[in-house]
Amino acid sequence: MTGLALQGLSVQAGGFRLGPLDLAVEAGEYLVLMGATGSGKTLLVKALCGLAQPLSGRILFGDAEVTQAPPRDRGVGYVPQTSALFPHLTVAGNITFAAWARGRRPAQALAEVADITSTLGLGPLLERSVTTLSGGERQKVALARALCARPRLLALDEPVSALDEPSRQDVCKVLKQSHQRFGVTTIHVCHSIVEARAVATRVGVMEAGQLACVGRLKELLARPPASAAARRLLGVDEAADNPRVPGP
Amino acid sequence: MSRLRFWKQTGGPLRPVSAGWDLFALTCAVAAAGLAGLIVVLVAADAWYLVGHGVPLTELRESLTRPAIRRAVAMSLGTSLCSLVLSVGVGISVGYVLSRWRFSGHALLDTLVDVPVVVPPVVIGVSLLAFFGTGVGMAVKQALKAVDLSLVSGLGIVLCQFLMAVPYCIRAVKAAFDDVDRELEDVALVLGCSRWRAFRGVTLPLARSGLLAGGVLAWARALGVFAPIMAFVGTGPRVQVMPTCVWLELSVGNIEVSLALALVMLALSGMALLAVHALAPGRRWP
Repeated sequence: MTGLALQGLSVQAGGFRLGPLDLAVEAGEYLVLMGATGSGKTLLVKALCGLAQPLSGRILFGDAEVTQAPPRDRGVGYVPQTSALFPHLTVAGNITFAAWARGRRPAQALAEVADITSTLGLGPLLERSVTTLSGGERQKVALARALCARPRLLALDEPVSALDEPSRQDVCKVLKQSHQRFGVTTIHVCHSIVEARAVATRVGVMEAGQLACVGRLKELLARPPASAAARRLLGVDEAADNPRVPGP
Repeated sequence: MSRLRFWKQTGGPLRPVSAGWDLFALTCAVAAAGLAGLIVVLVAADAWYLVGHGVPLTELRESLTRPAIRRAVAMSLGTSLCSLVLSVGVGISVGYVLSRWRFSGHALLDTLVDVPVVVPPVVIGVSLLAFFGTGVGMAVKQALKAVDLSLVSGLGIVLCQFLMAVPYCIRAVKAAFDDVDRELEDVALVLGCSRWRAFRGVTLPLARSGLLAGGVLAWARALGVFAPIMAFVGTGPRVQVMPTCVWLELSVGNIEVSLALALVMLALSGMALLAVHALAPGRRWP
């Protein structure tokens, strides 16, 4: 069953045009979209969230078309690169924000999402102010906040790019565990093959607003795409030039 | 000098090593000290005059508790609070529009907001007279008359005060909204908030100190409005406020009473300014 489908999706932002993109993501799949800065990754995430109006094309979540639906009615869990936690709220306040947004009582909501907070190891942090958290903890809270909205799609915009190496590995592990536990269809954009290896079911490469290739990582590495930028991101040429770099 | 530097280094944020005194630094310091001294001298002069002329405190108290003066103080406080509520309501809406939306006419609106700040205050009063003397203004006046309301009342005073005070509120509120990261609002929308709920749950709490500062500034400005009220509402006994009272007492030679009223206004405005500084984000006080 298809979890997300893009049909000829185009989005314009200033002088940059994304698409037209055609893409199908299976329900419960974890797709990592890699691309260099300016390739349109963040714009795609914003279009999925309803924060950027498409020029043309359609976005479907399952059988439902959401192209013109407002952000609140899409059922997307959004984790931006900066984590964008609400600084005036505690960790618990952030996590239960989606419940508050729907007019529900945060205390009741917190009890209902205990499985998410325990999977992400956030139990001891619930009463802390988010301004005192480390980068890795902030991203875990942002992920919990997105998951607690019970989304149909999780949109992660470079969730570990700003972290140091140990935190990056830790958050990638948590991303993998939470995906296995909750099975939410996930789009994760980044520019690191290491990140993709750690979490992806399938990998796509974006270049100048277009999808250069998409497939399982092993297949892409076995049959590398023609695009030089895609090959560079996948580390294909580097692996051939330097045998010490692990290959497929 | 060494004591001052030691106090700042231990009490304040990180500072670079002093570059020493040169002509530029000296000029700046003299200008700052001169301005502060001038304002202190002006404020102190009011009190000094009353003390120097041996005005008995009982006489001053009697003058300040005369029914006309008490009515003016009550009118000032009542109308300035109404203006505060109006200014904050309009300030939040217009400040949000100017901070968050981009549209044709944005620059024009941004400029128009500042007009009452840059034109001479009496022009606002004269413009109000002109507006309510023709066309739509006349119709509004007639409609008010039909429900037994007149512009020569607290209503007219609030109108003058609001027009003079609202730009200050809008500026402070817009700056506060500018400081709130827009991505936080985007995340709130995606998490299920309506625009209003995102504003109430995220933007408003984060801009709180700026809103309070804008409200206090607007109230202080409204309290001091004089020329537009003189021109539009007049100085009849039922429409006197503290600034017009100061002027009227001065014009009939009661300089002691006008100075005492001036001191009351200075105290109120001073407290408002202290509140603004205390509420400024990141401000260490004192």
